[in-house]
Amino acid sequence: MEKTKSPETVRMNEERRDVTILFAGDSGDGIQLTGSQFTNTSALFGNDISTFPNYPAEIRAPQGTIAGVSGFQLNFGSVEIFTPGDMCDVLVVMNAAALKANLNRLKIGGTVIANTAGFDKKNLTLAGYIDGNNPLENNSLGKYRLIEIDITKLTREALKETPLGIKEKDRSKNMFVLGFLYWMYNRKLGPTEDFIRDKFAKAPELIASNLAVLKAGYNYGDTSETFTTRYEVKPAPLPKGVYRNIMGNQAVAIGLIAASRKAGLPLFYGSYPITPASDILHELARHKNFDVRSFQAEDEIAAITSAIGSSFAGNIGITASSGPGIALKGEALGLACILELPLVIVNVQRGGPSTGLPTKTEQADLMQALYGRNGEAPIPVLAPASPRDCFEMAYEAVRIAVEHMTPVFLLSDGYIANGAEPWRFPVSADLTPIKPPLRKSAGGEAYMPYARDGKGVREWVVPGLKGMEHRIGGLEKEDITGNISYDPENHQKMTLLRAEKVRRIADFIPEQALDRGSPDAELCILSWGSTYGAVKTAVKEMIEEGYSVAHIHVKYLNPFPKNLGDLLRGFRRVMVPELNHGQLVKIIRSEFLIDARPLTKIKGLPFTASEVKEAAVNTLEA
Amino acid sequence: MSAEANTLTAKDFTSDQDVRWCPGCGDYSILKQVQTVLPEIGIERENVVFISGIGCSSRFPYYLDTYGMHGIHGRAPAISSGLKIANPDLSVWVITGDGDGLSIGGNHLIHMLRRNFDMNVLLFNNEIYGLTKGQYSPTSPEGKVTKSTPMGSVDHPFNPLALAAGADGTFIARSMDRDPKHMREILKEANLHKGTSLIEIYQNCNVFNDGAFGVFTDKKTKAETTIFLEHGKPCVFGENDSKGLMLDGANPVIVDLESGEYSVNDLWVHDKHDRFKSGVLMRCFDTPMPDREVLPRPFGIFYQEDRPCYEDLLHEQIAVSINRKGEGDLDALLRGKNTWEIA
Repeated sequence: MEKTKSPETVRMNEERRDVTILFAGDSGDGIQLTGSQFTNTSALFGNDISTFPNYPAEIRAPQGTIAGVSGFQLNFGSVEIFTPGDMCDVLVVMNAAALKANLNRLKIGGTVIANTAGFDKKNLTLAGYIDGNNPLENNSLGKYRLIEIDITKLTREALKETPLGIKEKDRSKNMFVLGFLYWMYNRKLGPTEDFIRDKFAKAPELIASNLAVLKAGYNYGDTSETFTTRYEVKPAPLPKGVYRNIMGNQAVAIGLIAASRKAGLPLFYGSYPITPASDILHELARHKNFDVRSFQAEDEIAAITSAIGSSFAGNIGITASSGPGIALKGEALGLACILELPLVIVNVQRGGPSTGLPTKTEQADLMQALYGRNGEAPIPVLAPASPRDCFEMAYEAVRIAVEHMTPVFLLSDGYIANGAEPWRFPVSADLTPIKPPLRKSAGGEAYMPYARDGKGVREWVVPGLKGMEHRIGGLEKEDITGNISYDPENHQKMTLLRAEKVRRIADFIPEQALDRGSPDAELCILSWGSTYGAVKTAVKEMIEEGYSVAHIHVKYLNPFPKNLGDLLRGFRRVMVPELNHGQLVKIIRSEFLIDARPLTKIKGLPFTASEVKEAAVNTLEA
Repeated sequence: MSAEANTLTAKDFTSDQDVRWCPGCGDYSILKQVQTVLPEIGIERENVVFISGIGCSSRFPYYLDTYGMHGIHGRAPAISSGLKIANPDLSVWVITGDGDGLSIGGNHLIHMLRRNFDMNVLLFNNEIYGLTKGQYSPTSPEGKVTKSTPMGSVDHPFNPLALAAGADGTFIARSMDRDPKHMREILKEANLHKGTSLIEIYQNCNVFNDGAFGVFTDKKTKAETTIFLEHGKPCVFGENDSKGLMLDGANPVIVDLESGEYSVNDLWVHDKHDRFKSGVLMRCFDTPMPDREVLPRPFGIFYQEDRPCYEDLLHEQIAVSINRKGEGDLDALLRGKNTWEIA
């Protein structure tokens, strides 16, 4: 255990390539805010960064217990960062439960910053330290560097002149932690000060108190002379350009708005609140000046059917949910499929089945997206790879839905939805144009609702257009006219036409590229969705270490890029890591007759790069 | 309303599809009245949309030469909500039944009513599941013997109008398939109402529940078992208008106008804007008995009020937002508040 050094010690500035910090405390301790502020400040400084908030399902789980621990992990560096980091360099704990829940994530030799006030007898007992045995005092943290600060006391001290009550004072102790870490990592307070002024604009006394505590935390590091080393993490050599920080759900919302603008059609968003998808609704509801029609429906079924109704009237109908809500939408998905109207369904996946793990991540809804409907009902499926990629794939989902007159699934997950990273955002003029097959004027040829163009796509005529009146519905329809038909030959024909339309989308998406490695490597790791960062990091390290390994990341899961099969056949082995019990791997095996092998994890947590690397190394050395 | 729209006839609203209801079904009359009323209303065909769910009644949109969608079971109100938000200028008609609207789609129906979208809902009530061949429905009376209730139903039925009032519906009416003139009048009034207009239409299923409403529709009994409400008029009914309704406290009572004790001037005057008294009328829901005098079943517009419509409020917020922040600037949205440059 390393403790106070003599005051004469010279202050050192030590440089680090990358650092992983995990903030942990009670779910009411303001951990998410602390983490996101450190993220923004570091991003503005120019670091590459990746974050992973991990919080309990309950809004206020019992205080002081392990179940109530909220965490925010972030990895920032002067090098490219692809994941929030496997193990932490620094673990900040506001109480004993936070330490107990997260100590196994700290590197040997890493630093624990502990709020000693959170280690009193009551907290120790709640955290399950037997007989109040205090880990801060019993040498059990000998493998780590321990920094003990009575954050609660110092926060109250900093606010002793203010009229605030104890409860209100204690609420800003997260600012003390943040201030201290800003000192430790040579960060400026400016961005967070601006944030505080903006957030509490209506409560000047809270601006003053939060600023005071933030500074007190910073000054504590500066003046207490306890701490001899500050760390420097220089800006990362990212590609030139202008950047912003972005979270996954936010990127989905912005992507949808951008696509609606480029398509020239209003965006209708029907949604029922559900974790972890609700933030998309919140974000969209803020942007009504983009003619966004956000509708909080009475249930998941109304959310999707209202979106279908809006698409019939010429809006871009969009709905979002998470697994259980998607299950409720199943029948309406079939309706959208047989009507052949544009619709985007966002599934921010979480642990299942049933209510499962509402705040934890999983990729177990792939089969649901591909097949979870009655009848033959093919729906294109896309999956973003990272928070910023949510923008591009949401945009793509709208493009495909509108240009190919079909519902489209976008499979995000809790990990990328709440994670954040720097984003070199595009300018609107550079975005791919979106061309809806919309008839804009009456007259011309008689309208045949289910006549198709060369892509197999029908024309979109919306109510209000004179002389084009028509009826569509969920009953099987006759080819071309759309009249009800129970004719056996017609049903087979229509089923094949709908399948063919979706298959041909492969002609309008990018070919599959290798993310890294050689196309004839011994082993290919095939990833999809949010496992991207962990696999990328693992493969990068392995190639540097001389292993024959390559990485393919699939973002278009139905239809697959046309060259995917040929690419995969070039490798001796294919490994498919997924946060499920093996879903994409089954599709790959059946689609391409390749002996792909699964790597599964079903813990509600993302892969770490080292887990992927270890499995890949074992495969190669088997 | 265009001049051309005024020249259209019922034929112009008839599609080329064969109508496939059972011969003698009450749905034919409703279709006919709607096709007759639409040209009189004077809305262009291209601006009319019929949305239905699933059930016999839900085939309705296929038979009208307007825009239409045959949706999925119970979801017509939700589909219509999205449609109306997308384009508030459309004249939207929801076609539903007692199973579709009150059982599987009950949730959507009540939420549509409280939001008060400007549309017309035709709830075909035949007190039976027809398309699935004869199971009891949420409006079937207790004791009803059907294929799924061989010993009689133990389910307490919905009172659809009281339900609509509970959801704060702003236009609540009842009509019947066998009174075309009355239905046309109510349809026109419903169309004029700005807000969700719910019309429960008693509709005879002559195959699985024949005569369910016979006591109200049969010429021999109609006068005694029904009362036709008119706003501002006394509540008169019976053969030769010989009876009337009065309020005794909160209870409706039948009075005889021929005995000389009471005159028309003593009667309850129907006020469709009176929430309380309308509620009393909605609760006149007794099953007529041959041996006992019961309150007549009311028809007409029970209740009506003006309340802002959801779609107008939503679009108002969009307008306010554009007014305050300016038309959305996509590049500003992409850029966000905090950026940094890597040179």
